[in-house]
Amino acid sequence: MSGTGIWIAILIGAGVSLLVRALPLTLIRRPIRSRFIRSFLYYVPYATLAVMTFPALVDSAAAPAAGIAALAAGTLAAWFGAGLFPVAVCTCAVEYAVSKLAGIL
Amino acid sequence: MSRDGMTTRKLISFGLRHGFPIGLGYFAVAFSLGITARGAGVTPLQGFVASILNHASAGEYALYSLIAANAAYWEVAAVIFVTNMRYLLMSASLSQKMPPDAGFLKRLTAGFCITDEIFALGIAWPGPLNCVYLVTAFLLADVMWASGTLCGILVGNVLPPDVVTALSAAIYGMFLAIIIPPARKNKVILGLVLASFAASFAFSRLLPSLSEGTRVVILTVVLAAAAAVLFPLKDEAEGGTKA
Repeated sequence: MSGTGIWIAILIGAGVSLLVRALPLTLIRRPIRSRFIRSFLYYVPYATLAVMTFPALVDSAAAPAAGIAALAAGTLAAWFGAGLFPVAVCTCAVEYAVSKLAGIL
Repeated sequence: MSRDGMTTRKLISFGLRHGFPIGLGYFAVAFSLGITARGAGVTPLQGFVASILNHASAGEYALYSLIAANAAYWEVAAVIFVTNMRYLLMSASLSQKMPPDAGFLKRLTAGFCITDEIFALGIAWPGPLNCVYLVTAFLLADVMWASGTLCGILVGNVLPPDVVTALSAAIYGMFLAIIIPPARKNKVILGLVLASFAASFAFSRLLPSLSEGTRVVILTVVLAAAAAVLFPLKDEAEGGTKA
């Protein structure tokens, strides 16, 4: 693509993603009454985030063992109440350490 | 825990504190994204602007691939729509967390801020969503995201690849920090998380041609709907505020 073409593509991408992000928020103004929809929306984040985490974490790791260890470490840290940042650091550190270890062995 | 009485300063400090770890993870992911963008002929300025405005890993990866492939503009629009479709669900979910008096501009702004991680922060916020907090966390994370893209385009392969790989695990660690504590307290959420892991794994192996964005949308709709049918929320109060 030319320089101008790339700018147009970037702006189209920005426009479409803004639309997707903002449409429901601006259109749904009232508390939803339907028990099903309320329950559905309540469960959405857990399903979405879980689907995005696994197996992506393992697949993106330098070695599967490193990914699995990082998943286990992050899950345990979160289970025992560690916050956002400590869990993230723990996941990274274990992933790095185990991938180095796997490289040596 | 109520955070109603917080001063703006406190809210901003909270936003920065929660936005920073997200931004660190973003920087790493965006850095590798920048390497893709560089390959597609995207300039550092274009990459920075694209990241500020799009701020979506899967969506931007698709964007740069399409630019590299010289795709038609309608294709760009269609693919960005599909890769970002999960934000429709997140946006609908967040609409139930908005303070009742929030106007169009506030809603538009909150919508613009939605990323997987910022959404998660919004859900974890006790009570009606506070926009100062959300926007602060988002702005910091977004600038770090765009800076990561910029650096990736500029200095491509200076950072050792294993460090980049390890840093990108930060995002998943953050997801775990958000879904695991409620799963510990609520057996339905625990079951849902485990079912999501299993289904996601099965789909990724059995249907590898399905893009990650599409897989996320399909599985989220099916699993959250199943949970809603099998375990509907008991009373009104559980609707938007608990998470």
